[in-house]
Amino acid sequence: MGEGGYAITFARVDKCFSVGPRRVEALRGVDLTVRPGVVTGLIGPDGAGKTTLMRLAAGLLRADAGRVSVLGLDADHDALQVQSAIGYMPQRFGLYEDLSVQENLDLYADLQGVPPAQRAARYAELMHMTGLGPFTRRLAGHLSGGMKQKLGLACTLVRAPRLLLLDEPTVGVDPVSRRELWAIVYRLVQDERMSVLLSTAYLDEAERCAEVILMHEGQVLSHGEPAGFGRYLAGRTFAVEVPPDSSKRALQTRLSERAGVIDAVIQKEHVRLVLAEAIDPATFDVLHGLDYRPVEPRFEDHFIASLRKQQSGGGGNGTEVHASRHGDDGEAVIKVERLQRRFGDFYAVKDVSFDVHRGEVFGLLGANGAGKSTTFRMLCGLLPASGGQLRVAGVDLRRAAAAARQRIGYMSQKFSLYGSLSVTQNLEFFASAYGLSGMRRGERIAWALETFELTGQQQAASADLPLGYKQRLALACALMHEPDILFLDEPTSGVDPLARREFWHRINALAEAGVTVLVTTHFMEEAEYCDRLAIMAAGEILSLGTPTEVKAAARSAQTPDPSMEDAFIALIEQHAAEAAA
Amino acid sequence: MWRRIFALVKKELLTLLQDKRSRFVVIGPPLLQLLVFGYAASFDLNHVSVAVYNEDGGVASRQLIARFEGSPNFRLVRNVQSHAEIAPLIDNREALLLLHIGPQFGRDLTVGTPAPLQVIIDGRDSNTALIALNYVRTIVTDFNRAWTRDHNLQGPPANLQIRAWFNPNLESRWFIIPGIVGLLTLVVTMVVTSLSVAREREQGTFDQLLVTPLRPTEILIGKALPGVIIGLFEATLIITVAVFWFDVPLRGHLLTLYTGVLLFLLSAIGAGLMISSLAVTQQQGLLGAFLFLVPAIILSGFATPIANMPAVVQKITLIDPLRYFMVILRGVFLEGTPFHLLIDQFWPMAAIGICTLAIAGWLFRHRMY
Repeated sequence: MGEGGYAITFARVDKCFSVGPRRVEALRGVDLTVRPGVVTGLIGPDGAGKTTLMRLAAGLLRADAGRVSVLGLDADHDALQVQSAIGYMPQRFGLYEDLSVQENLDLYADLQGVPPAQRAARYAELMHMTGLGPFTRRLAGHLSGGMKQKLGLACTLVRAPRLLLLDEPTVGVDPVSRRELWAIVYRLVQDERMSVLLSTAYLDEAERCAEVILMHEGQVLSHGEPAGFGRYLAGRTFAVEVPPDSSKRALQTRLSERAGVIDAVIQKEHVRLVLAEAIDPATFDVLHGLDYRPVEPRFEDHFIASLRKQQSGGGGNGTEVHASRHGDDGEAVIKVERLQRRFGDFYAVKDVSFDVHRGEVFGLLGANGAGKSTTFRMLCGLLPASGGQLRVAGVDLRRAAAAARQRIGYMSQKFSLYGSLSVTQNLEFFASAYGLSGMRRGERIAWALETFELTGQQQAASADLPLGYKQRLALACALMHEPDILFLDEPTSGVDPLARREFWHRINALAEAGVTVLVTTHFMEEAEYCDRLAIMAAGEILSLGTPTEVKAAARSAQTPDPSMEDAFIALIEQHAAEAAA
Repeated sequence: MWRRIFALVKKELLTLLQDKRSRFVVIGPPLLQLLVFGYAASFDLNHVSVAVYNEDGGVASRQLIARFEGSPNFRLVRNVQSHAEIAPLIDNREALLLLHIGPQFGRDLTVGTPAPLQVIIDGRDSNTALIALNYVRTIVTDFNRAWTRDHNLQGPPANLQIRAWFNPNLESRWFIIPGIVGLLTLVVTMVVTSLSVAREREQGTFDQLLVTPLRPTEILIGKALPGVIIGLFEATLIITVAVFWFDVPLRGHLLTLYTGVLLFLLSAIGAGLMISSLAVTQQQGLLGAFLFLVPAIILSGFATPIANMPAVVQKITLIDPLRYFMVILRGVFLEGTPFHLLIDQFWPMAAIGICTLAIAGWLFRHRMY
């Protein structure tokens, strides 16, 4: 191996970029080492410098200062040698969608100069490992998100590398495929003694790594074994039971707003609380009259705790979102009955039925291609239904008069903003598009800038904003006209855990004010924030109910207390077994 | 309603003009193209390379050659001494044409018998060859006339007196530049509009627009108006340069001209928005625009007369808005055609515009995946 036996060594590495008029310090004096033969996780919020670090290690970028050595080679000087010894899978792997699985493999084998004699054996091994064997003739464009990632990984592995760099390989992949991807990574490490550096936005994945490097704003915050991270938090983490007269969301909101609380998140049936100092919780006024018990710290607690320390203040004060409205009166605001959508002879959505009540947060969960977005687009009137009934606020938005759309807010998964327009111009445009004018328009724009903490960025082009800001701006645009129904299509994809917490805090406040929220997500832990949810796969609803009901259905001898992810995987597997029978 | 449309128009113009690069695209290249076309695109031939094979060497032959040397259209490149030299000269494009004066030329003229003069011309570019041949004919006719006068011979019985109306000096620039007004206006509006819906579809903002209370008609107007504004600006810019820089006469009424410009913009924007609504990505939109532009220009009569096209193709030109605009432009610029004589050109453009805009508006909501 390389220097001191490490697979990768960074020594005081700096790297800057200029984005428009701004100068971004992507990496600042980074020192780190990656051990050979294990999986090292690279974790941090957006803009922490994870991708830059990966690209430097792959010899695709040149460091401004410092030294990067990979497998004992200088990544800058011997970039070509480095690249022939490693495998690098970028966030969006360059699959050729119009080529079949086999043709993609052949192409990458040609590009990497794999001798034809070795190919057959390697292909068989990769196809077996990824489970793509039956699909070799299918076009890559027709694969599901998880399968695409697996094919990308297979293409990276056609010539077995000594070091594998994976940049967020599990983003946008459903839990089942995620488990399978991890199984492949473990096999590579065990059987082929490969070293793996993997970046991820899922904090639960950190615990699957042998070592974790936590990054923030271009610096390494901490580095070590995941289990060791949270140790200093012992005695500061509690599970608080939800009292019968309150909701999980209300309790979470109350706890998170209390000074001295680092983090309060809904976890299964209780609220997980992390305190800033190890004090006796009995002295904590918000906990009076509540049942709580100490729990083991986990990696996520450490992550949030160390990031909160970095960004003092900020986050979690967006409660005053809406004028209050009356709460849930049991009226169904959204009614869907036997909804269908066909594309050719393929059913994207098949006999889907559900109701959403006023003031409810309703979640649609499922993998990519499960039919969530299609259902969503039909509800918003963007796509005609092939069959069935749907009513939003009593009308079918596809046929209703334009004025009916005044009542809904829509935020798409791409955070659809006008990239060349500034923050203020985007807000002005959407305010006018929703028919606001004069004083009212000015008030709402001022409200949006203040509530969503966009004041400092008013003149910045929205395309240059960090992802978390884009998401906030997109939500602000969707809320300009104070809609009573809010459609959110994967509003948190690609956003780091801190921004996700802030986002859900706002959604909670909206729901408390009586806004009906329909949200799709593939983050299973976010399902806990929903009042009710539907799990979708292959266009059908597999399970519908409150989070507790959905999880109860998946309870078994092996998993007496299943998480939402366990429940999801159990449902999918059960469904697959039924389909096979 | 109008407030929402105004917001949409403002947004479109901001996205287009706020960026320095896209602002340049609207103004820079069209002006550059106008100058390039104005100076480079000309049917007039200058400095045609001529080689001479003079076997005679007498006074008459030298007088004839002197006329070629004196003409700005020709440039003498070589005096050929033998037959063998001729073929390579033409083959290698060293000379476009060769003048062969036989050994009997001077004597034949003096005696009064017809004196043959051979012209060998490179026919690979037939159009150029014909024009060059025409110049040769003019010089030879002048030579004949001078010779008959100087030697007191009887001239030919009938004499051709040509007066070119509308363009007395037959300057091809007068013919081409009004056409360029249409051409460049079409290119710019197509590029601007063909991207406008496709860009939003690609970035997902179009869905966002469709869920606002904006009606498809309002979106349509909001998308079309910026095209009209930019198209009007572009057309005015080019017309100004044509009149004041290239000195092309504008004999007709401005009102007539601008009625044509507006209706033409309507049809071009309709076509652009229709292509844009069909496209899923910007790339498809731009490709679609070029698939439309090239036939639209070739079939418009910009370079080759529509009357020369086969009957079937002539029918196809009826759906080309540029075809009608060409007639209006050349009519108003050179002939000063009054409004009422152009009505037959106005209404087809209006019809094309209304049809394409309607289709575009329908596609907003019905074009999926």
